This record gives sequence, C-alpha cells and structure tokens, in this order.
Amino acid sequence: MTQLQLPSYLDQPPAVKDRFTRLKQRPVILKVDALGKQFDTPQGPTTALQDIHFQTHRREFLCVIGPSGCGKSTLIRILAGLETYSSGQVLLDGQAVNGPGSDRGMVFQGYTLFPWLTVKKNVMFGLERAGKGRTAAEEVAREWINLVGLEKFEDSYPHQLSGGMKQRVAIARALATQPRILLMDEPFGALDAQTRARMQAYLLEIWKNIDITIVFITHDLDEAIYLADRILVLKAHPGEVQELIEVPVPQPRTVEQFLSPEFLATKKRLETLIHPNRDTHENVGEQLHMVRMVPLDDSVSSIF
Amino acid sequence: MASLTDSNTFNFSRLGSYFSTINSITVAKALSNLVKNLMVPLIAFLIFLGLWSVGAKHVQTSLGVLPGPAKVWEQAISLYDEHKAERAKADAFYERLQKRVDKAKADGKPQARIDKIASRKYTGKETFFDQIFTSLWTVMAGFILASVIAIPIGIASGMSPTLYSALNPLIQLFKPVSPLAWLPLVTMVVSALYVSKDPMFSKSFLTSAFTVTLCCLWPTIINTTVGVSGVSKDLLNVSRVLRLNVLTKTLKIIVPSALPMMFTGLRLSLGIGWMVLIAAEMLAQNPGLGKFVWDEFQNGSSNSLARIMVAVLVIGLIGFLLDRGMLMLQRSFSWDKNAILR
Ligand SMILES: Nc1ncnc2c1ncn2[C@@H]1O[C@H](COP(=O)(O)OP(=O)(O)OP(=O)(O)O)[C@@H](O)[C@H]1O
Ligand SMILES: [Mg+2]
Repeated sequence: MTQLQLPSYLDQPPAVKDRFTRLKQRPVILKVDALGKQFDTPQGPTTALQDIHFQTHRREFLCVIGPSGCGKSTLIRILAGLETYSSGQVLLDGQAVNGPGSDRGMVFQGYTLFPWLTVKKNVMFGLERAGKGRTAAEEVAREWINLVGLEKFEDSYPHQLSGGMKQRVAIARALATQPRILLMDEPFGALDAQTRARMQAYLLEIWKNIDITIVFITHDLDEAIYLADRILVLKAHPGEVQELIEVPVPQPRTVEQFLSPEFLATKKRLETLIHPNRDTHENVGEQLHMVRMVPLDDSVSSIF
Repeated sequence: MASLTDSNTFNFSRLGSYFSTINSITVAKALSNLVKNLMVPLIAFLIFLGLWSVGAKHVQTSLGVLPGPAKVWEQAISLYDEHKAERAKADAFYERLQKRVDKAKADGKPQARIDKIASRKYTGKETFFDQIFTSLWTVMAGFILASVIAIPIGIASGMSPTLYSALNPLIQLFKPVSPLAWLPLVTMVVSALYVSKDPMFSKSFLTSAFTVTLCCLWPTIINTTVGVSGVSKDLLNVSRVLRLNVLTKTLKIIVPSALPMMFTGLRLSLGIGWMVLIAAEMLAQNPGLGKFVWDEFQNGSSNSLARIMVAVLVIGLIGFLLDRGMLMLQRSFSWDKNAILR
C-alpha cells in the first residue's frame, strides 16, 4: 500500500468538535474513579484493573477496547454490579454502585435468552419481575420487539432464531425495563461479519431513537470506531486506561465512512496502541517455529 | 428504522420459501416415513416370530416343549377368558349379596346385622389382569413417592456445593445396591412400624412400593443435581441483573432450565422401578405380575411356560408404554425439543 497521508486522529472537523462540546455539557451519568480490581488466584493476588478513570455523559456511546485479558469484561461486570471492586469508586447518577440494579441493562456475549420462553415472554420476563402486570408487560414487550424488527417472531422460541435475531431479542429484553445505561460485552462477537454489520446499524438506529447511554465492549477496531462517540483504550497487565479517544468521524455514521480519512486515522492510532509491535521484526520470539510434518517425496514437487 | 424492516422481510421470505419446499415434498416424505416407522419394525417383528416358533420346537423342558407364538397367544386368550369368568362370578356374588341385604331389610333385621352382611367381600383368586393392575399401581406409587423426595433433594444439592459434597458419598454408596438386598430390610421395617387394625394399604403393597422407591431415588437425584448445577452461568447472571430472589430464581430459571435433565432422571427411575418391582414381587410373594410368574413356575402345568411368556411379553409392553408415557410428558413440558429422545 502506498503511504497515504492521513490527518491526525486529533484533528476534528468543526461539526464533530461542536458535537463533543455539546456532549460534554450534558449531565455525567457514569463516573469511574481510581477503580481497581484484584483477583485472588491460587498463584496469589493478580491485578485485573488498576486506576481506571473515565466518565460518560448522557446519551453517549462509549466503546471499550483493549487486548484480550486486559479486564474489559471485568470492568463491565463491575459496572453491572455483578462483580465487586477492590478500590476506587463507581458512581451512577452520583450514587455509588454496589450490586445489580434496574438502572442498568446488560447484553452478554453468549446467547442468554431463556430457551423455554418465547421471544415475547423473554422480553416480558424482566418487566413482570419489575412488577408490571401481565397485559401491561405484554404491551411494552410488543413495542420493543417491533423496534428490533421481530414482530413476526414474537411467538417463536430462541432455538428457531438466528444468532443475530437472538441478540436483537436480548437487546430488546435489556432495554424493555428502561435502564439508564445499556452495558454490552462483545454482544456481536459470535456473529458472522455480515450479520454483525447489520446489527451494528440496528444498534446505532436504536441508540439514536431512545434516551440511552451505551457502554460497549469490543475487540474489533472497526466496530469501535463505527459505533462510538469516544473509545476507552485499555492496556493489559495490569488493565489500565491508555487513552480516551474522541472519534473524529462525524455523526450520523454510515458504512461509507469506513474509508474516510478520519476513520483511517483513528484506526491507525488504535492499532499503534493495541498492537504496538505489529509489522516489526524485533520480536523474533513470536514467530512460529515451523517443522515440516508431512513427508514429501520426489513425485510431489514443492509449490512454494 | 428502514434498515430494520428490510432485513426482516428478507428473513421472512426466506422462511416462506422453506415452507413451500416442504409442501412439495410432503407426500414423498410421508410415504418414506411410513415405510421406516411401520413397515421395517413390522417385518422385524415377523422375523422374530418366525425364529421363535422354529427355535422353540427344539427346546425340550421338563414342562414340555418350549411354547411357540401360537401357544402363547392361545394362553393369552385363555387368561383373558379366566378373567372374564372370574368377573362374572364376582358379579353373581354381589348380586346374591344385594338380594340378601334387601331381604334382611325387608325382614326388619337390626342395622348392624345388615351392615355386616353388606360388608362381605368376594374372595376369588386374583386374575392375571388383577395382577397387572396391582403391579402398575404399586410401581406408580413407589415412583411418585421417590420423585417427590428426589427432586427437591436434587435441586438443593445442585444449588449448594456444600450439600452436594455431603450427600454425594451417600448417594454413591446406595446407588449400586440391588433392590433385592433392600427387600428383607424394608419388609421388616414395614412390619415393625406399620401396625394398624384397619390398614389403609396392605403391608405387601407397602413393601413393594418402598423397595421401588429406594431404587427410583438415585437416578432422579443425580440427574436433577447435574441439571441444576449445569444451569448456564449467563442465565444466572441475567437473574442477578434482574435481581431475582432465591425462590423466583429457582422456579423461573433453575427448574425450567434443568427440566430436561430432570426428566432424563425420572425416565431412568421409572424404568428401573418397573424392573425392580417384578423381581421384588417374585421374591417376596407380594401380589403382582412377579407373583403371577412365580406361581405359574411353581404350578408346573403344561400351560405354565406359555403363561409365563404371556407375562413376560406383557411386562415388556407395559415397561415400554411407561417409558413412552414419560417421554410424552418430557416432550410436552420440556423446552429442549432437540434433545435426543430415545
Ligand atoms: N474470576 C476470576 N478469577 C481470577 N482471575 C480472573 C477472574 N476473572 C478474570 N480474571 C482475570 O482478570 C483478567 C481480565 O479478565 P477479563 O475477562 O476481564 O478480560 P477481557 O479483557 O474481557 O478479555 P477477553 O477480551 O478475552 O474477553 C484476566 O487476566 C483474567 O485471568
Ligand atoms: Mg471478555
């Protein structure tokens, strides 16, 4: 590839700059301060997260990205209240988080629909638990199922749906109880590329239409840039904040922007942050030691 | 939102074409299903009958030649006739009894005397069909009791590792015990503890049923435990996000998701229970099909072998029907429609 002259990812077009100014004037909904998490393992305590700090504003879309094992899942589980933290604080609307709550909805990576319930019943489940009557719950569930475009499948069972459809139901279920924040841990990780792209478009569409703040974990750089207002880049061992990037790609996002200079500049920046040693031959140790395992005789000439 | 609907219609039309393909091949499929589900088993059954009737002729026992299918069929009919005859006798008895009661009433006999007459029971011998009924009722009683005990224990020990490690050694110890080893103990305990002038259940019924219970417990406990402890972590996380209390979590998430495994346990239990019961009835001389087989064996008449074979076939058929019944229950209750149900 010829060396393209990319702008810096820090150069924001005026519209984007303006948007971020307005975004930062919105109330802070989630504030994480000096957050630390140690796990006690048989090999002694290990630090999964250290001194994490960031904040999100209302209706912001925040992506968290980082190498495998840097503590992304741990972070989101802490935000969801599924995991305790060792130090620092997590404030949701100014209130310290301890334990799960109805103000946070969660979509997991695996398919977590109840296989014994229909799509509609799955969405109704949380509503009924939250004390809504049957008919009211059914009505709300219908609306959400319509929003994710599955009204024809409301009486189907999860095993009758494709992976993408299942995740749409999971999103509907998480949103139906009207949380303030939607927490998503690699929700599209198990989907094929095409479905994944379509799901990303859905998610943006939903996000634009309702008052929801999204924290979205991924390890896919394109996904992060396409979706996020800002990207929190973590590094591993221990999990620390490397940079909080304001994505310079204008909203609303379209697929065509994947090749825009801002997009590519951001991607390049993320690549240097996450794979610092890529394409350099310093790490000889990381090269594979190949041994020929198939005997070749003279009748087969090498094609290499 | 346009993109939403787009993809949706796309998916749906794909589904539609899938259905129309099904329609066009429905007839051919139904035919091949018929052959597979009906013809093949039928042919196999006929071959079995052929081999049986040819083979049986060559086996000479002290009670005569081993009966072939024809002889067995003949005895099945005769068992049915005996049953009808016995029923007729019983009806006649009660008719006579009613007449005597009426007469006593007309004669102005005291009420106590009339009651005494009316309370008489017909004491004919139990027919083959009575024995079938007794065995069925006994196995169901034992099985249901076992399930009522085993399912809660299984759920609890699936949810609590502590309870599991407490119970597991006991379960592993008792699981392999043959039912017949339990039988003397159960008999003695029932005789010792169940003393009442006018017992609701006969002792023989209780011994058989408890023996069945003791053998039915283990597969249900073990499979329920496995099912409950294997509930997906993700679903449990969902229940935590929704802040469900323990009861709701158990009823709405753990039990439904463990249901397929529970049913596997129940099916195994019922199968074992039925086998155990026949053996127990034989050994303890408790009423039921086992006793019927044993009595015929002791009788040693020229028809005995054929009658025993009738019993064997009926025992097999009932075992099969019980299993099918459980399977249908499992199918209707369980969400796991893809589970291999064999
Ligand atoms: N329950 C636990 N006990 C001990 N260590 C844990 C536990 N959960 C996570 N860890 C450790 O914490 C670190 C972060 O894990 P985490 O699952 O959050 O990573 P991740 O960024 O989500 O990785 P991936 O991209 O592979 O999902 C890892 O080193 C992991 O081994
Ligand atoms: Mg993870």
